[in-house]
Formats: sequence, C-alpha cells, structure tokens
Amino acid sequence: METLAMHISNGIINGPVAAIFAVIALAAMAFCVMRGRQDLDDRLAPMAGLVAAFIFAVQMLNFPIFTAGVSGHLLGGALAAMLVGPWVGALCVAVVLVVQALVFGDGGVAMLGLNITNMAVIGIAAAYLLIALLLRVLPRTTTGLAVTAFVAALVSVVVAALGFVVQYQLGGTTDLGGNLAGLAGTMAVSHLFIGIGEGLITATTVVTVAKVRPDLVYALRALKPAAPASVPAVGGVR
Amino acid sequence: MGAGHAHVLYRESDSPVHRLPPEVKIAAMVAFTVAVVATPREAIWAFGAYALLVAAVAALARVNARWLLVRSTIELPFVLFAFALPFLGAGERVDLLGLSLSADGLYGAWNIIAKGTLGVWASLLLAATTTTRDLIVGLDRLRCPQILTQIATFMLRYLDVLVGEARRMRVARISRGDDPRFLWQLRGFAAGVGALFLRAFERGERVYLAMLSRGYTGRMPAVWQGGGAATTGQWLVAATVPVLAGTVAATAAVLT
Repeated sequence: METLAMHISNGIINGPVAAIFAVIALAAMAFCVMRGRQDLDDRLAPMAGLVAAFIFAVQMLNFPIFTAGVSGHLLGGALAAMLVGPWVGALCVAVVLVVQALVFGDGGVAMLGLNITNMAVIGIAAAYLLIALLLRVLPRTTTGLAVTAFVAALVSVVVAALGFVVQYQLGGTTDLGGNLAGLAGTMAVSHLFIGIGEGLITATTVVTVAKVRPDLVYALRALKPAAPASVPAVGGVR
Repeated sequence: MGAGHAHVLYRESDSPVHRLPPEVKIAAMVAFTVAVVATPREAIWAFGAYALLVAAVAALARVNARWLLVRSTIELPFVLFAFALPFLGAGERVDLLGLSLSADGLYGAWNIIAKGTLGVWASLLLAATTTTRDLIVGLDRLRCPQILTQIATFMLRYLDVLVGEARRMRVARISRGDDPRFLWQLRGFAAGVGALFLRAFERGERVYLAMLSRGYTGRMPAVWQGGGAATTGQWLVAATVPVLAGTVAATAAVLT
C-alpha cells in the first residue's frame, strides 16, 4: 500500500505559529495522558492499540482535492472517541500522527503540533461532545447509535479541516489574500464528502461492535451510571 | 509478523548510522527538521547545504539516492499545493515565462517544496536505519509517557493482525463467488469493515491476554532494549548533523 502525504508538511505554516500550536498540543496531550491512565484497563489497552492501527490504516485512504492541491483523508477521530473514550482516543490519534511523521515523513515533524491540534484535539473534542449529547437525546436503539456515530464523524472531520484554515490564516507562509475564503470553502466542501464516507465507516464499525460486544464501546459504558437498564437494549438479541 | 520485524521502509544493513541508538537518531532528526523549518526562505543556499548534509548521512547509511527519491513522492499532494500558490498568492506580481505570478507565492512554493522535501528525507533516513521496535525503545528512553509507547507498540503489532485478517476475509469473499474489482470491491469491504474490526480485536485481545499471562506489565522486557542506552560519545556523533544544520540556519538568519 503506497501512502501519500496528507498532514501539514514542513514549511506550510510559519515557525512561530507552529511553535504555539506545539505548546497547545503538548499541554492537551499531557492532560490526556493523566486522564487516559485511569481509563486504560485490561480491556481498553488492546482496544486502544487496535483503534490506533485501524486509524493508521484508514488514514492511508487518501482523496486528492485537485482544485487547490490539498488532499483530504479519513481521520478516525469519532471512531476513537466512541470506542476508547476521548482521552485515550486523542492519544491514539496522536500516536498515529507521531509515527507517521517520524517514520513515513507524512506531515512535517516541526508541524506535529498543528496536526495533533487539528486531528487529535479539535477533531476528538468535537466528536466526543456530539456523541455525549446525541446519545442522550436520540433513542437508545441501533439506529440512534448509528446516527450518533455518523454525525459525530462527519462534524469532526469538517471541524478538523477548518482548524487547518484557521492555522493558515494565522501563520500561512504565503498570503493568499482573498483566496483564503476559497481555501476555506474547498476544505469545507471536500471534507464534507470525506466526512460522509468516514461517517458510514464509523457507523458500521461501531454498530457491529456494539451488537456483538457492547462492553467494548466506551461511549456506552460511560452512559451506564445514568441509565443502567436501557443500555443493553443496544446489544440487540445477542 | 509482529513489531519485532522490520517495516517496509527499513533497509537492512550494518552501517554506522544503523548502529547508533534509536533515541539519538530521533533527537537528531527532530532537531535537524526544526533547524530547516526555522531557516528564512530567501536563503536559498542554506537549503543546498541541508541537502548536502542529507546526502552525506544517506551515503553513510548506505541508502541509495534512487530509493530516497522514489519514496519522497509521498509529499506529492503538497507539491501540487505549492504549484498552485504562485497563481493564488496576493501582493506583488512578477512576469515569468509570460505568466503573471505572485512573487510571494513563488517564494511560498519554494518554501514548501524545499522544507517539505528535506523533512521527508530526514524521516526516510530515520525509517531506513531504525526498526519499529527500536523506534519505540528510543521513544521510551526519551521519556515518552508509557501510555503512549504502549499504544504505539500495540498499534504496530496490530497493523499486521489487521492486514492479515483483511486478507483472509478477502480470500473468503472471493472463494464464495465475489469478484472484487477496483472500486466495486469497496462495497464488499465496507460491508465487512465492522466484522473485520471485531475479528482483529478478538485476535488482538488473545495476544494481549497471552502477553499478560507471561508477565507483561505495560513495558517491554529488558531483552527488547537491546544494546543499552546511548553513550555520551554517540550523542556527540549524532549531534554533528543538527549542530551543522543549526549553524547554517543561524548564518542564514543573520545574512537575510
């Protein structure tokens, strides 16, 4: 499988802005490490590894956006938030990004802070907030779960893509002038389509896992104290 | 299979660069990249100097230039983005070959191509000379939190599980009359993606429980650590590259 770069590579965003986001990413990751340690039990440890491997694999599916020469790809943030929770999920995405940057040259090492902020912090935060909200609002059925996963994935992809636009506005090495709006539009529209694909993959995966092993879905586990009786309903007949 | 084996980019060899402890190489590579990115883009000569440094390390590591160039195609999407910049950029225009291009955009394109390529080369050299296992040992010795190295270890281990499981499911589909072609096999794949995930998880869970019952405590045993931590001498040897790069960056910053 040949990979193509899709994360921000060196030289796209200037040094100072990259440094600021590196500090933000580092602080966020330190917090996630603290919270994640409590979450990572015997069941979650292999799951976290698998989720990271899965994200690693899906991020290789890459869609070039030729109009602006930017490419987009699946992020897997919503899947991670759903299955291993926001803290460990963010760490999974960050690990994927670090390994890709160090070994595959995918995304500049100096731009890691930006990439981690977009995909591991903003993407996961958006996904998890939506998951927490939607799981409370929507009926606790398979459909409800599927819709939650789909919407969370879609929104998190678009939000993460717009994170790049904001960073480019702050520290893009080339002043695009009025074309920045064009960049924002291209990123948003293209990632809307990617988000639909990501939503479908996330929804099918999460629903299958929830049917067979509901105990593995972190988002459902977190709900348990609030509604102990209704959660197994998602598990269906098995 | 498993993280003990090398990844696709690893080039089996026994060069001085291969023998350096991983933590030293990671630190040198990151420092080099930071120096490159911090260099003002107008100092075109500086990027030539960096390329020479990369070539020297590549020669020392016995990585041939062709391999390095072929693998650098990874950054192609960003090169395309770079080519769009001279047309999209704002501000002062220059005429080049009959086209009205933005001067800022041209510099921007150069900036992305030069810094991006050097960064990719640096990580390819790290990948070519370090196994994934060593990479994790290196991150561990650089005081990377254990939870991160643990996730990374499992990730690299389970990638093989995932790929193997996907291959088995594909063979199963074909042997039941499916005829996967280019895009149409996506449907079959999408329908099976949840099952793939579960199968891979259950296999991975068994691996994990087997590891636990053999005394795994969240950190790989000492055998994994191999040759021991880096000595001061090795740190100094590896530091030559980032120090040279830093000198070039500082000179370039003063001159421009």
